[in-house]
Amino acid sequence: MDVIYTIWLRNVKRYLRSKSRIVGSLGMPLFFLIILGFGLNSVVNISNISGNYVEFLVPGIVAMSVLFTSIFAGIQIIWDKQFGFLKETLVAPISRTEIMLGQTFGGATTAIIQGTIILVLSLFIGISIPGPGHLLIAFGFMTLIGIAFTSFGIAIASRIDDMNGFQLIMSFFVFPIFGLSGAMFPIQSLPLLFRDLTLIDPLTYGVEGIRFGLTGVSQINPVICFIVLSAFSVVMIGIGASLFRKIQI
Amino acid sequence: MNAVTVSDLTKKFGDFVAVDNISFEIAQGEIFGLLGPNGAGKTTTISMLATMLDPTAGSAEVCGYDVRKNEDGVRKSIGIVFQDPSLDEELTAGENMDFHGRLYRIPKKTRLERIVELLDLVGLTERKDDLVKTYSGGMRRRLEIARGLLHRPQVLFLDEPTLGLDPQTRNYLWEYIERLNREMGITVIITTHYMDEADRLCKRIAIVDKGKIVALDSPEQLKRQVGGDVVTVFSPDYPEALASLNISWIERIERYDGFFSIALSDVEEHLSELMKLLIQYEIAIRSVSIHKPTLEDVFLHYTGRSIRNEEAGTKDHMRMAYRARRH
Ligand SMILES: Nc1ncnc2c1ncn2[C@@H]1O[C@H](COP(=O)(O)OP(=O)(O)OP(=O)(O)O)[C@@H](O)[C@H]1O
Ligand SMILES: [Mg+2]
Repeated sequence: MDVIYTIWLRNVKRYLRSKSRIVGSLGMPLFFLIILGFGLNSVVNISNISGNYVEFLVPGIVAMSVLFTSIFAGIQIIWDKQFGFLKETLVAPISRTEIMLGQTFGGATTAIIQGTIILVLSLFIGISIPGPGHLLIAFGFMTLIGIAFTSFGIAIASRIDDMNGFQLIMSFFVFPIFGLSGAMFPIQSLPLLFRDLTLIDPLTYGVEGIRFGLTGVSQINPVICFIVLSAFSVVMIGIGASLFRKIQI
Repeated sequence: MNAVTVSDLTKKFGDFVAVDNISFEIAQGEIFGLLGPNGAGKTTTISMLATMLDPTAGSAEVCGYDVRKNEDGVRKSIGIVFQDPSLDEELTAGENMDFHGRLYRIPKKTRLERIVELLDLVGLTERKDDLVKTYSGGMRRRLEIARGLLHRPQVLFLDEPTLGLDPQTRNYLWEYIERLNREMGITVIITTHYMDEADRLCKRIAIVDKGKIVALDSPEQLKRQVGGDVVTVFSPDYPEALASLNISWIERIERYDGFFSIALSDVEEHLSELMKLLIQYEIAIRSVSIHKPTLEDVFLHYTGRSIRNEEAGTKDHMRMAYRARRH
């Protein structure tokens, strides 16, 4: 526990210190929120799901922010490899699983903070906040997304040695995962093929879970969301830990 | 009990043999040097001893723990200062120390006491709360050494601890390493390609070349093997006739690229005679250097090459550039 806490602490400290990273990674979610939200609000009518499009979009953008921050936090391992700090942790008398878990929880924490900032900012564009019970549900799903995708990032970082692979990951994993997640449009409105892809995408269940928490309605039963996303998180932790254990430096 | 026992240790990267079947023992409380040119296999050897790399063949024990079978035992007993930087630059010196202390599960009170004590020892108390990215190379190195000592290891590995440091800082570090060894009885294993460093610090030195140990002894013994005095003559010629003369006071003549060296028993007495002979054989002399044997001569003797070759220079340079870039 001590060790996991230590590594968690380092990650959170580094995150809180990098003000430019915090502000920088707000850029894209806010851009989506404002451009899409206000651009489409009057055009799109989804009265069967949500009051208006902006309200529908906010949970998706919160999920986006959590997704990006957590994958980025997992990828952090590549820097630790390059700057040599990883050696310091790997030579200590602690298990690699502990290191990996510390990194995962650290990444998830920063991702939740980042998602919370988006949530707070969206209050300014007139989104109402639900009761504490519902809010808790939303945070529960943010946590699961954070854990699953930090592990995912760690798994990838364990296999690549430099940042050249980073763009590849962004284009072939991160953007598709986000784009197909139902963060931006209702699942029913999609053509059949895309609807299936959306249902395969684990982030969909996170988005829907957060949406249920924040707006009280969702297209997928929140219990199912919880089960699917939890299972996905467990699998990702497993894969991340096993790949991390094999790191050679 | 030995601090380190290595038997037939081998490491291959693909077909390339980086460490070739080496064996040696290091006694407790010894300062032991691994001396060799770039690529000799020093870091690879240390990495295997520190459980960072799996040996291809052979075995090694550190403090009685097998490096393969009891990784945790080994890890608890060793401290290591890596050749390349390994600090978190976004943390302060104090935080880097604290992180280390927590990883090694040192209780809070002891941890805080030792951090104060060690930072003081390496002269970084005043900079304790500054981010490491604002540190100079020498300060980082000192911090890494302090960190390596925080959990009171029985065996300390120092992989080129003074690379790129100014002479004053190097001197200071040497004194410090000696004191640690003397006062705390820590066994120190140090790799270097600085001859003077190995000579001054180490009780015994293993000269490593191309993955093999070519000589292992105390610095004094190693130098004695070369001869009483050494005259190095820089010249395009080689006095073959002189070598075949069998002069009693000439112990050995060895030819290298662009120079040759003559080991002889008493240079004060024989120098003028030697010069006369060289002139007599019409050897073009560009310059001459006369000195007591150094580890450089020992290395030349065993490998036929100079340790401070071009490559070493550029690699040092690259490492320094790497360090500098990271500010
Ligand atoms: N991971 C690796 N994969 C392939 N070859 C490697 C690897 N690590 C080291 N080597 C090779 O093994 C040889 C020994 O390297 P090592 O780092 O042990 O040398 P060294 O004696 O520490 O040299 P230096 O003085 O430059 O630090 C070198 O030729 C190096 O290229
Ligand atoms: Mg080395």
